[in-house]
Amino acid sequence: MAVQLSEAAQTRITQLIKRYPTPRAVMLPALHLATQEFPYLDDEVCQAVADLLQVPMVDVKGVATFYTMFPTEPQGACEVHICFNLSCSLKGARRLLRRAEQQLGIEVGQTTPDGRFTLRGVECMAACDKAPMLYVNDELHGNVSEEKLDELLQQKSSGE
Amino acid sequence: MEPIITRHIGTPELWRLDTYRACGGYETLAKALQEHQPDELVAMVRDAGLRGRGGAGFPTGVKWGFLPKDGRPRYLICNGDESEPGTFKDRLLLENDPHQILEGLILSCYAVGAHLAFIYLRGEFFLGARRVQEAIDEAYEAGYLGRNILGSGMNLEVLLHRGAGAYICGEETGLIESLEGKRAYPRIKPPFPANIGAFGMPTVVNNVETLANVRHIVAHGAEWYNRIGPERNRGTRMWCVSGRVRKPGVYEVPLGIPLRELIFDHAGGLEEGRTLKAVIPGGSSSPILTAEEAMEVDSDFDALQRAGTMGGSGGLMVLDDRVCVVQSAYIISEFYHDESCGQCTPCRQGTGWMTKLLHRIEHGDGRPGDVDLLLSMGANIFGRTICPLGDAAVWPVESAINKFRSEFDHHISEKRCLPDTESIL
Ligand SMILES: Cc1cc2nc3c(=O)[nH]c(=O)nc-3n(C[C@H](O)[C@H](O)[C@H](O)COP(=O)(O)O)c2cc1C
Ligand code: SF4
Ligand code: FES
Repeated sequence: MAVQLSEAAQTRITQLIKRYPTPRAVMLPALHLATQEFPYLDDEVCQAVADLLQVPMVDVKGVATFYTMFPTEPQGACEVHICFNLSCSLKGARRLLRRAEQQLGIEVGQTTPDGRFTLRGVECMAACDKAPMLYVNDELHGNVSEEKLDELLQQKSSGE
Repeated sequence: MEPIITRHIGTPELWRLDTYRACGGYETLAKALQEHQPDELVAMVRDAGLRGRGGAGFPTGVKWGFLPKDGRPRYLICNGDESEPGTFKDRLLLENDPHQILEGLILSCYAVGAHLAFIYLRGEFFLGARRVQEAIDEAYEAGYLGRNILGSGMNLEVLLHRGAGAYICGEETGLIESLEGKRAYPRIKPPFPANIGAFGMPTVVNNVETLANVRHIVAHGAEWYNRIGPERNRGTRMWCVSGRVRKPGVYEVPLGIPLRELIFDHAGGLEEGRTLKAVIPGGSSSPILTAEEAMEVDSDFDALQRAGTMGGSGGLMVLDDRVCVVQSAYIISEFYHDESCGQCTPCRQGTGWMTKLLHRIEHGDGRPGDVDLLLSMGANIFGRTICPLGDAAVWPVESAINKFRSEFDHHISEKRCLPDTESIL
């Protein structure tokens, strides 16, 4: 059977289609919902979204691959996103990033073999007053020292 | 001076409707809908001289005046994509005071005659998205949104639209493409969004802080607003100060105060024993200022422009004497290369070449002639692209070379940073 979004997500998308000027405009909201329900957006998921929005699958895929928040391959359970833009770098962000690589035994952009962590260096997150800062999934941590980073990774690897 | 936009920030649970109302919230809306015609609000904002806080500083009332009067539906978009490196003021408002933004947005929609508005939030604003959505829901419930708002006959729908991680969505036409469900490829202008914007309709795009200002202009009038800041540069600005200062943060001050005050009084100055080396005043795309220049210049749009840079997005980054300018330029250049949408060859390729060259110079592999090569690459990108991201990538590097040329040359001849530098890479 073809992949489908949950009833709740489908209902939400149908409601939104009524409120936006075009069905296609519901693309980003629909892909956000799909990202919550599937580990990553493969062709089948894109097809399911395409059917709901009445647009060609390639259009959905084209959009999904353009935006960094839509995963097109499996991600770790904890996505550690360390900002390495200028203000954070001025406060040691790139050292932090290397330390995270060391602690997790992977390089930036990779996922640990046990599927627990994905590590990324990301651009300015509009929280430069809290530099250096990082996100673990949707949780923001500011003024992260190396000790705090170690603690955080420890905590997350022992399951919260 | 008392802050205006951030006056109530710090009030517990300001994001809740009850709290916002206890601070006088939505009184301006109720009054304006009864006492003013939409055109009067446009005139008020124009006479106040409000300039956009998103980057370009374009006069808001003038922009609103460009909307053709041809009966087509109009849309208003609140630009909450905030992703110019060094900028974090909109986040503060979105997370803490979403109703203030909504009140400004509703007033603006009334002024320009929009019945559908979008708040485009950058995807990573998870808390902001929750707070704004809750505020929208409360506002519908209380009759500030929806049909026949406060019995005035005005109808307005507001949709929160989350981005998904792409800097270029902050550029207004990239944003519009993204809103329409496409890749955020900026459009060639003209046509301008005021004529053909979202879904082919006349569209106003304004920054979060700009819309918050509208609320106060309508509350107190253009004359009051004209008493704040120098001519052509009225009002306050929410400066985001970060980098090598003691107290990084958002500081709302009247436009035009000396930049020096912002850094040394408000943001607490530099760490013990450090001296100021350079300042990037308006987000990472703005041309860099030397310490001497920064100590003399005022913070208004025009003064910064006269000094060869810009107020941009209000993201002020401070570099002290231990920071390497070449490394800083490399980090900035890498950012623009990563975020180039790839439509224009000069931007897609040029930013990559510039980044590679900077990397090579910084790593001690620079060759004589590399610095001039960087300058000529910049000249070949500048003004040859669809959107201003190409220019934005050139300004910081070009200005860094022009003002710190000897530091670049030192990297080439000595194959390392200046003595006493602490690497930020
Ligand atoms: C590359 C690029 C990125 C931009 N990013 C933002 C942004 O994140 N937020 C914003 O409000 N304006 C941004 N702008 C400016 C917008 O295009 C637009 O001018 C602004 O939202 C208009 O609002 P204002 O007149 O109230 O300033 C950006 C412009 C460019 C060229
Ligand atoms: S200048 Fe760069 S970001 Fe802007 S449209 Fe061209 S390629 Fe895209
Ligand atoms: S540079 Fe890291 S949040 Fe802005």
